[in-house]
Amino acid sequence: MLTQRLLLSDRGGMLVLGLVVLMAIIVPICNLALPSSSPFYISNFTVGLLGKFLCFALLALSVDLIWGYAGILSLGHGAFFTLGGYGMGMYLMRQIGDRGVYGHPELMDFMVVLNWEELPWYWQGFDMFWFAMLMVLLVPGLLALAFGWLAFRSRVTGVYFAIITQALTYALMLAFFRNEMGFGGNNGLNDFKEILGFDLAEKATRAGLFVASAISLVLGYLACRYIVTSRAGRVIVSIRDAESRTRFCGYQVESYKLWLFVFSAMLAAVAGALYVPQVGIINPGEFAPLNSIEMVVWVATGGRGTLFGAIVGAFSVNYAKTFFTTYSPETWLFILGGLFVLVTLLLPNGIVGLFDRFRRKGDK
Amino acid sequence: MNPLCRITPRHTLHALLLWLICLSPLQVSAQTPESEPDAQSAAAPTTAQPSFEQLVQQLAGGSLRERAATVKQLSSQRDERLADIFNALVAGDLLANKEKPPTIAIREGEKLTDALTGTDLTGTERLRRIPVNNGLRTQLRGQVAQLNLSHPNTDKRYAAVQRFIRDGVDEETASLLRAHQEVEESGRVQDAITTALAVFQLQSGDREIRLAAIDELSGSLEQEARNALRGIAENDADAELRAAATEAIESIQGRISFYRFVENLFFGLSLGSVLLLAAIGLAITFGVMGVINMAHGELIMIGAYTTWGVQVLFPDLIEWSLLIAVPAAFLITALVGIAIERGVIRFLYGRPLETLLATFGLSLVLQQAVRTLFSPLNRSVSSPEWISGALNINPVLSITYTRLYILIFGLMVFFALMLVMKRTTLGLKVRAVSQNRAMARAVGVRSSWVDALTFGLGSGVAGVAGVALSQLTNVGPNLGQAYIIDSFMVVVFGGVGNLWGTLVSAMSLGLINNFLEPYAGAMLAKVLVLIMLILFIQKKPKGLFPQKGRAAAD
Repeated sequence: MLTQRLLLSDRGGMLVLGLVVLMAIIVPICNLALPSSSPFYISNFTVGLLGKFLCFALLALSVDLIWGYAGILSLGHGAFFTLGGYGMGMYLMRQIGDRGVYGHPELMDFMVVLNWEELPWYWQGFDMFWFAMLMVLLVPGLLALAFGWLAFRSRVTGVYFAIITQALTYALMLAFFRNEMGFGGNNGLNDFKEILGFDLAEKATRAGLFVASAISLVLGYLACRYIVTSRAGRVIVSIRDAESRTRFCGYQVESYKLWLFVFSAMLAAVAGALYVPQVGIINPGEFAPLNSIEMVVWVATGGRGTLFGAIVGAFSVNYAKTFFTTYSPETWLFILGGLFVLVTLLLPNGIVGLFDRFRRKGDK
Repeated sequence: MNPLCRITPRHTLHALLLWLICLSPLQVSAQTPESEPDAQSAAAPTTAQPSFEQLVQQLAGGSLRERAATVKQLSSQRDERLADIFNALVAGDLLANKEKPPTIAIREGEKLTDALTGTDLTGTERLRRIPVNNGLRTQLRGQVAQLNLSHPNTDKRYAAVQRFIRDGVDEETASLLRAHQEVEESGRVQDAITTALAVFQLQSGDREIRLAAIDELSGSLEQEARNALRGIAENDADAELRAAATEAIESIQGRISFYRFVENLFFGLSLGSVLLLAAIGLAITFGVMGVINMAHGELIMIGAYTTWGVQVLFPDLIEWSLLIAVPAAFLITALVGIAIERGVIRFLYGRPLETLLATFGLSLVLQQAVRTLFSPLNRSVSSPEWISGALNINPVLSITYTRLYILIFGLMVFFALMLVMKRTTLGLKVRAVSQNRAMARAVGVRSSWVDALTFGLGSGVAGVAGVALSQLTNVGPNLGQAYIIDSFMVVVFGGVGNLWGTLVSAMSLGLINNFLEPYAGAMLAKVLVLIMLILFIQKKPKGLFPQKGRAAAD
């Protein structure tokens, strides 16, 4: 019954999930088991890149959930992603221990530079993995709860909501740039050594993180799918299409939006937490409003309102970004900008919509 | 002091002097009482006197003693060029060559000017420094101070008085200052002289005079006055004088903090005017038309680049460049805006989120286009002479002209826009279309044409703002990004569709930001303002001054 609801009725989703699972099996094997001379060998760089894309896909999923299904455009989802990343980063920093440049058993290098005497209270407990992961979920979740509660209760919608979320991430960026905040200022957190006792420079650890990202993506997808196919999911779609009418029918529009927003923020935070150990750095630049808008473009390009479309979008736009920034960095912004315009003008349903159109033509 | 000398242009004076010298003794004696009433120089214009030019040229040669004599002769001359020549001589910046007659030049940094004719020199004249010794320097300093005191430039006179205070005032200089105070026109220099005299009186033996001097100084804002008072408050033997001095210092501190407040107020308003300029175009496109134009910042950037372009195209017209750039920037950005409206936004009316994304894409394209066309580096835009410098109101309060002009300019643009919206046919049509598109079309308004023109107007104003901002910040491809979030905040805070609201919100945001800065630091002040705004929008989603009535309906 549940399989029918989550998977079988969703052919595109099954296809995309199948590809993700396949990738999660093949990529680590080709990376670890094959010698680097083999034509099927997948380099460490590619594993890292694909792992990054998997995190972005999870992030795109969280954006699509609120934008595609509830019509809430958040231009500040990067804030939740980065906060999650900082949570993981703080755990990884505490794991460095006395192996930092200054060799202090407890303080981070940047705290030693600032002449701090002891660990700030908000860094306490981050040496425990379970606590750090709890915070990864709780901090962005609570921020989304407070922010969403204030915003939805006073019926801030549409463009206004988009602009204040953008201001939120902008304000966080400015705040995290300050050294006094205790998050490493401009340089952020980096130079990580190990996670759960596994060396981060080790090939197997990286492959493990890759598999973890793929599993998170699949679980995240199923959770989102569960939500949108539930009764509550239908209410959410009806809020997107006719908010006032749904309210008049007696539904608590605000609480539906709020809990969906909180869930989406936590999903973004998980993506951030998986992203940080794979790229090895987190800094306030991730809060930049441009990043948050890029996420929206992934979703728009892939196909807004279909969950697997978000995954397709995240992979294709990021692949294009990697390709163009490597071979012709000048043109990347032209292409990204052009993509914004073209997708909104010509492809309102994204790549997935394009396939649908072809298929419908074929059916005729 | 001869008033005729001060106001007569240089060459007329020379003609007059030459004429005097050539005339018969009878006429000379008839003329002198009027033109040379000063007793010291009354004897000067006899027929055997060398001219000013000859004396200056004499400085080049001869021994140090002869030079001292020449200086003495020169100091009895009343010539406007004298102050500059003496200043240069003291500083070792007066140069001469070995020609007959020699060229005398004044060096100012890298620049060489002929001391007599005022023309620029090329530096090929084999110029050498005219040597001076310490004795001559002391003699010159006194002369220079006196000369500077009667300099036509207010700032020079002010600096001369300050130098007197710093070097200590004696009986002789005090009488000189007293004499000058009567003819001084600038209030600022008057105040400085009063301070100098009071500082002098502080040294007097009479207790009453000293008390009166302290009383006088309690109204002065000069740094030197405070130093003198502090000396008395801490070290003087007389307890009453100490108390009086302490009280005077306190009263000065009170006045200083008042002027600091005024300065903060001005800076806040100036910041507000920058926000106003950045946001006002958006108040039209977003506020009136409801179009989210994320490329607004890039339109500002194009305006700033236009200023740079004007300066590159017409390097001789730097003084006029801003006046040329304002209409040019308006036209260029208005055309770009109309192109954006016709090309993209037209298809997205009624879909604000899509408009937001599409225009954001355009902003990326425009940024990259500028980066590719010009370079990713900042361009240097120079400021015309008339906009640089500062207005010194008193020793603790000075206002830079750039900020003052931008404040005025911002308000001018605002009121001009107000006028367009309220008093012209275009404004009427714009308001009609924004209130009820169908009805406006029904009575014959070409709504699509109005849309394009309105968007062009808003974009043009953004370009004009860019011209003003080019005088304050770096002109580079990222210029626009820095302003886009702030601009939206201003418009949303003020209330969408309300131009007055935009004015009030820009000014109050500028003031809040500026008054928070000393306590929280620039970065945190900005964060606090953003958080405040986010909370404010929750409380009043329609801004400070929401639209009322039918226009408010979405």
